[in-house]
Formats: sequence, structure tokens, C-alpha cells
Amino acid sequence: MWTERSIEHEKASRARVGRLRPQAFRLPVLAILAAILPATLPSAVCFAQQTRIGNVTGSLKRGKELYRRYCVGCHGVLGNGQGENAPYLDPRPRDFTAGVFKCRSTDTGHIPTDMDLYETLGRGLHASAMPSWFPLTRQQRIDLIAYVKTFSPRFHEEKPEPVVPVPPEPPASPESLNRGLEIFKKMECAKCHGLSGRGDGPSASTLTDSKDRPIVPYDFTTGERFKCGQTNQDLYRIFMTGLDGTPMPSYLKDLKPDQAWDLVHYLRTLQMNYENSANNGAVKTSPARQPGRSIRNALRAVSGSK
Amino acid sequence: MKRSRLCVLTIAASILSNPPLHKGGTVSEEAGQTLVPVVRAEATGTLTGLVKLDGPAPKGKPINMAKEPICVKAHPTPPLTEEVVAGANGTLQNAIVYISEGVPNSTFDPPSDPVVIEQKGCQFHPHVVALQSNQKLQVVNSDPTSHNIHPLPSNNREWNRSQPPGLPPLEESFAREEIAIPVKCNIHAWMRCYIAVFKHPYFSVTGATGSFSLKNLPPGNYAIAAWHEKFGTLTQKVTIAAGETKTLDFVFKPRANMSE
Ligand SMILES: [Cu+2]
Repeated sequence: MWTERSIEHEKASRARVGRLRPQAFRLPVLAILAAILPATLPSAVCFAQQTRIGNVTGSLKRGKELYRRYCVGCHGVLGNGQGENAPYLDPRPRDFTAGVFKCRSTDTGHIPTDMDLYETLGRGLHASAMPSWFPLTRQQRIDLIAYVKTFSPRFHEEKPEPVVPVPPEPPASPESLNRGLEIFKKMECAKCHGLSGRGDGPSASTLTDSKDRPIVPYDFTTGERFKCGQTNQDLYRIFMTGLDGTPMPSYLKDLKPDQAWDLVHYLRTLQMNYENSANNGAVKTSPARQPGRSIRNALRAVSGSK
Repeated sequence: MKRSRLCVLTIAASILSNPPLHKGGTVSEEAGQTLVPVVRAEATGTLTGLVKLDGPAPKGKPINMAKEPICVKAHPTPPLTEEVVAGANGTLQNAIVYISEGVPNSTFDPPSDPVVIEQKGCQFHPHVVALQSNQKLQVVNSDPTSHNIHPLPSNNREWNRSQPPGLPPLEESFAREEIAIPVKCNIHAWMRCYIAVFKHPYFSVTGATGSFSLKNLPPGNYAIAAWHEKFGTLTQKVTIAAGETKTLDFVFKPRANMSE
């Protein structure tokens, strides 16, 4: 279906419009189709493996060109994370062939959504060699996602679900922070992240990733951003979905949404730079995704009590 | 898509091969069972035997649990590593014996009973489990400390769940055959176990005596494999006649088979 071979033949098949191969359509055609057909139709079987963000569809052909230009040095021609720069990087580049990704909105063990991959690409991975690819156009980033997905058969065989819901954030309060502290203790986050969140817990020095390479836990005290974003919603998602391929597990079955939000509020108190980062607006976020003012007020209310 | 097509084909094939047994559109419990050869009259062959190690077995080393005082307290003396657990006569525990070739083409419904792994004293019990694809796996935490259960498959989904003390058992399953999936707890680096997943019911994990038993075998020519986490895999051919009971031993030679 969406294989290398079919990309090579994209040009040829474009001539045979009668064959309903998805690659045969260019964007304007799709847009017209989308306008004419009921909304449910394009998502039916024949489009199941397409990469779409909003109304933009990724092109494998362009994605491959972009990949060969920008990504191949680290992630390799085969997408296995063994590009020529790979040995010099820590953490190592992602092996796309495994189809295992850290930053997801889906439960642990499941492939990410197109939007998850798109956001990771735009954001980059903090504290790694993976930069933000925001300088590329939206279309180019979507093309890249389309191509990167071809390295793992999982994207043909599985669906990116279930998505872990992130319910609206309740206001932070001193009570919420205190409950969050109790959850921090009960979930034993300190085993790896340490009591003060420095990443210096008793198990920290023995952690390895899924490829058996040493890996360090996140240090909350120096960080303002996380590997998978910087908003409270991102933080909620990180520990509820887990960071697959790393020691960070999912807490979805352990925490109710309210408890998870309490933990988010408490974890923010460990971030010394958090108050500043909330103001500097280095990355564009919609007002809805900005850290709430209430948590900063709550922080002030309990400062010194942690 | 591929899978659903395969599923349709399987159903079609089973209808064709068992025309009198499939009545009507609904799959009754009765119809489901008739597709499994284990209940056929002739599927009564048995294969038993021992898994042994040729030569002295490496001794287990005491596990250092100092990073987790709760785990240290759980044991009067430090438990030994379980990579190789051998009996007095060189019999090997924690080996899996299974049919690797010759399983009749059929779908095997997983048993309804779950397979249970208990985390106790900061170790996984048992150290090696085997189950059928899509059979329920239950993971229990009996310790007063958190564990995270993190299988590292190469042919199944990799997931990683935290399990603090006092929470209900985790339930998961694996869709595809894989022998065997290593399982870690990242919090306690010494914790490890293996989960073997089979698409058929013809497997057996050796206990303290090193013995295995494969039952309800239809007559046929088989390749029988023995897997051990440290010593690799041995394979032998065997022919089972209708109702026959045979014995077959596997002897691992540590030097020849040591991969590490
Ligand atoms: Cu553990």
C-alpha cells in the first residue's frame, strides 16, 4: 500500500486517475473531495494510513526528499537511528523501525497520533540533539511525518488509540499542592526523580532505556521544559501515558484525573524556573495552553512549605 | 485490514475442512471447540521428558537489593539470581519446551484462566511464564513498594505500567507469538522475568525437577524446541502416532550454547 514501491510508481499511477489509489490525488483534488463527500467517507478504509493534520495531507514523495536532506544524518537511511552522527549523540537518535515513541497522547504500548508526531517535530526533544523543526513549513513537517511512519509496520497495522483524555484543569490551590505531595510520595516518584526532583533518587543510577543504554531521570529543578512539551496538559500526559522506550511508566491505571492534576500542581513546585518560564513566552502557545495563573498564586501561598 | 482478511480466510478454511460441524451463522461454544484439534479423539499423544545441563551449573549469585531497604527486609538472606536454576542431577528449571514446527493449522482459543505473575520480595514469581496469544496475563504486586512492569518485546507492543502497592492486578495480553519476552522493573534493576507467548497450547515450562509434559498431541511429525534464557534453544524431531506416549530429553551444553 504505502510502500516505497508505491511511491516510486506514484507518477505512473497519477496518469490512471480511474484507479482509486490515494497517492494518485493531489491536494486540490482531495480538498474538493473532502468538500463534496460526507465527513466520514474520507476516513474510511482506503485513507486509513494517510497522514493528515487538519486539512493538510502528507506526501510520501516530498517527505522522503526532506528526510534524506534533514534527518538521515542521525536517524539513518533505514530509519533505524543509526545515521553517521548517531554514535556521537546521547541520547541516541530514535529508531523509527520499532514504532515506539516517547511523546504520545495514546496509552502506553500504542502508536502515537499524527498530531503527536507533528508536535514532537515542531517542538524538538528538549535535552537531546533533536532540534525544533519549526523553521520548516507546516506542509513539509506533515510530509516528513508521513514518511517517518513508513519505517514501522505498526502504522499500517495498528490504530493510534486509546487516546488518554486530559480533562480540564481544576484550579491549583494550597490543598491541591498538598494532595499532590501525598501522591508524589505514594507513587514513589522519588525512587528515580529524588525527593526534591533533582533526578537523584536511589534507582537513578541503574536506569536503562529499552535498548539497554543508561538513561537519567528528569531533573525538575533545572528544567523548565519537558521532553514532551511545557504546558500543564503536557505534564499530565507525560506521566499518564508514560514515555515509551524509557523507564518512565504510565500511571493511568493508578491515578484518577483529579489526582493527576494534583500531582501536576505539586510537580510544578519542584521547578525553580517555572515561574519565569511561565512569563517568557519563548514558544507560542494558545492562551488556553498557557500555565494557569492560579498555580503561580498557589505556589506563592505554599512557598517554603515543601 | 490484513488481519481481518486473514480472519475471514481462517473462518472460511475451517468451514471447508469441517463442513458438518459448522451449523448456521452464529459461532456457538460447541462449534468453537470443534475447531480445536485437542478434543478430537485421536489427539491424545503425549510427550514427556527432562531438560538437563551437561556439566556443572553456574551457581546463582546473591542479589544486592541495597537500593531498596524494603526489598532487603523481605528476605532473611539475599535471594540468588535466577538465570540458571539447576537441580542436583543437572535438571534445569525455567526451560520452555514447545512444538516449534508441525502444529496443525487451526486457531486455538486462549484458555479463560489468566496466567499470573506475582511481584514478591522484589522478584517476579514465577521467573518464566508461558501463555497463549490473547490469553489474559495478571500482574500482582504483593510488596509494600512500587514496581513498574516493563516488557521488552520484539514482536509485540512494548508497554510500561507503574504498580504502587495495594492496587488491583494489572491485566494485559500479548497478540503475537514470541519466545520469550524479557520483562524488567526499571525501579529495581535486578528484577527480571520472561513471558513466552504461543499461538497454540503445546508448551510446558519446567519446574524444579526439570520435567516437561506436552499433552493432547494430534498424531504427526513435529519439531520440538527447548528454550532457556541463558543457554538458548535446542530442537529435536519427533513423530507421534495416534495415542502414543513418548519421552524425549534435552541436554544443554553450556559452553557450546553460551551466547554471552
Ligand atoms: Cu520493582
